Amino acid sequence: MYKVTSKLKIVAFALMIFGAVLTAVGFWQMPGSEEEVKEMLATEAAAHGGGHGAVEDNHSSAVDDHAVSGHATTSDHHSEGHATSHEDEHAEHVYHQLSNKPWAAVYVAAFFFFMIGLGTLAFHAVQKAAQAGWSPVLFRVMEGISSYILPGGIIMFVLLLLSGFHINHLFVWMEEGIDVVGHENYDAIVAGKVGYLNVPFWLFRAGAFLVGWNLYRWNIRKFGLKQDEAKDGDIAWYKKGFKHSAMFLVFFIVTESIMSWDWIMSFDPHWFSTLFGWYVFASMFVSGITTIALITIFLKSKGYLEFVNDSHIHDLAKFMFGVSIFWTYLWFSQFMLIWYSNIPEEVTYFVTRIEDYNILFFGMVAINFLFPLLILMNSDFKRVNWFVVTAGLFIILGHYLDIYVMVMPATVGESWFIGFPEIGAFLFFAGLFILYVFNTISKAPLLAKGDPYLGESKHFHY
Amino acid sequence: MSTKIIHAFYTDDDVLLSAVKQVREKRYHIEEVFTPFPVHGLEKAMGIADTRLAINAFLYGIVGLCVATAMMNYIMIEDWPQDIGGKPSFSYLENMPAFVPIMFELTVFFAAHLMVITFYMRSRLWPFKKAENPDVRTTDDHFLMEVDTHGADIDEATKFLYDTGAVEIKLIDKEEH
Repeated sequence: MYKVTSKLKIVAFALMIFGAVLTAVGFWQMPGSEEEVKEMLATEAAAHGGGHGAVEDNHSSAVDDHAVSGHATTSDHHSEGHATSHEDEHAEHVYHQLSNKPWAAVYVAAFFFFMIGLGTLAFHAVQKAAQAGWSPVLFRVMEGISSYILPGGIIMFVLLLLSGFHINHLFVWMEEGIDVVGHENYDAIVAGKVGYLNVPFWLFRAGAFLVGWNLYRWNIRKFGLKQDEAKDGDIAWYKKGFKHSAMFLVFFIVTESIMSWDWIMSFDPHWFSTLFGWYVFASMFVSGITTIALITIFLKSKGYLEFVNDSHIHDLAKFMFGVSIFWTYLWFSQFMLIWYSNIPEEVTYFVTRIEDYNILFFGMVAINFLFPLLILMNSDFKRVNWFVVTAGLFIILGHYLDIYVMVMPATVGESWFIGFPEIGAFLFFAGLFILYVFNTISKAPLLAKGDPYLGESKHFHY
Repeated sequence: MSTKIIHAFYTDDDVLLSAVKQVREKRYHIEEVFTPFPVHGLEKAMGIADTRLAINAFLYGIVGLCVATAMMNYIMIEDWPQDIGGKPSFSYLENMPAFVPIMFELTVFFAAHLMVITFYMRSRLWPFKKAENPDVRTTDDHFLMEVDTHGADIDEATKFLYDTGAVEIKLIDKEEH
């Protein structure tokens, strides 16, 4: 039995408190009104004054030249009037982006850690349904990680509820009057999607999916523990778990796809992509597998998993490597198809990302593809713990940035910055995740001794 | 000078594996082992060094990637940068997504084919090659261990090999190659 050490608890609580403080600072920094944003933009412009001044001088001389032709006065008036209304619009735009910033930061971090739990649950179900002979020694670790979908799911649902009740403006399709013809917010494209994108139905779907996933997770844990207590040769609980896993995988792939449209793709309600569900799935799958590897290596280094050998780590590392490349394949397929055809209504998605998020957008592809590719290609390296941990940390960071680049351009646009709320929310949820996951792992023996494939798994050798 | 070598036949891969271990402990030299199918762990028991084919394949893959990049950079960007459907052929990087499928395929093509050819050359396999099979039964259900005793007592060696579970033992004059 694993016991949560007080050191781990202190680390987790410290992460949560520090993260919460940083997040609170992020909310406190949120501009109170449009006037504040206007002032801020004015000071920013003044700070840049030197450079722009020279350019303006050139312009004014050009205007002087034109003045001779006589229409200078009218054109001046026109441009002045236009400039003030444009400035107002710009300030309103930036104000919305800045007030979204801490909310989006919390949303990204909450979703990222929830997704790790869900990806692990899917991996667990795949291992059960495929009757894998190598992984039963890791089932309790997987059960521990996937337990996070209960608190993580509740937090996600609360965040969705807050958006639904207009506490924040993360989802533009929730704007007042977006489907009312003649309203200033009217948007014909979104109005056409209201049959699917409306708050009650959207919340209902989220609730139904969360209940379904948690039900399976609760059952599979229960079946595993019951199988431990069963008499020798009685594998009724194992069989039940097998059937539930097979059914869950069907449910999962449908609901995961819809979840990715609802929770991520609907940030850009004008845009759609058919392989988006797979893309999000690959991201959660690889993050989940990586977390299994990291926690397994941690527990083994503390001496709790004496039956796990380096072949198990090798297999996990192979999955990290393979699914990282699968993720890259989907990323590229989505990007290249849209880049190639260059249809305006689709391509804006990537135009904003390349223009405003250039380093992050391509940097996270490099992190998620090149690092795992080069670090984990060698068969010997996959058995060396610190190689796997290094690659794992890159993958975790890379997929956080992946989610960040999915959510941020539609919510904060060019006003993005990885500052207090982003780092704070990440640390807060990391602390919560560690606390909850290790607490669950400490609740049951680390060896699922009733599993019929356990013997094979203990002697697994690659 | 003609030396004697011994052909020891086995009918079970487990017996063969333990025999290989005993023969190596006895410090007899195993020239070769013939088996009808891959025996898991045989190369470890015989102490054969790991293959470097995978490293070869990795390097060949890099060659393929370079060939693809150089080829398309020359053809599409340098030699005749036409405007084809509005694709930006000003620099390689700008038009790279369109080249990635070819870069990928050529990497795999080079890695796979050159590695296979390397394998054929290193294991000396080609059409019309004379088969080097000392006994036809080794392709069906017998395992053969070829032992060079290096002038040790033949009777003692024969006795020892019988004890390791050999079902048949032949003494052969080694051909001078």
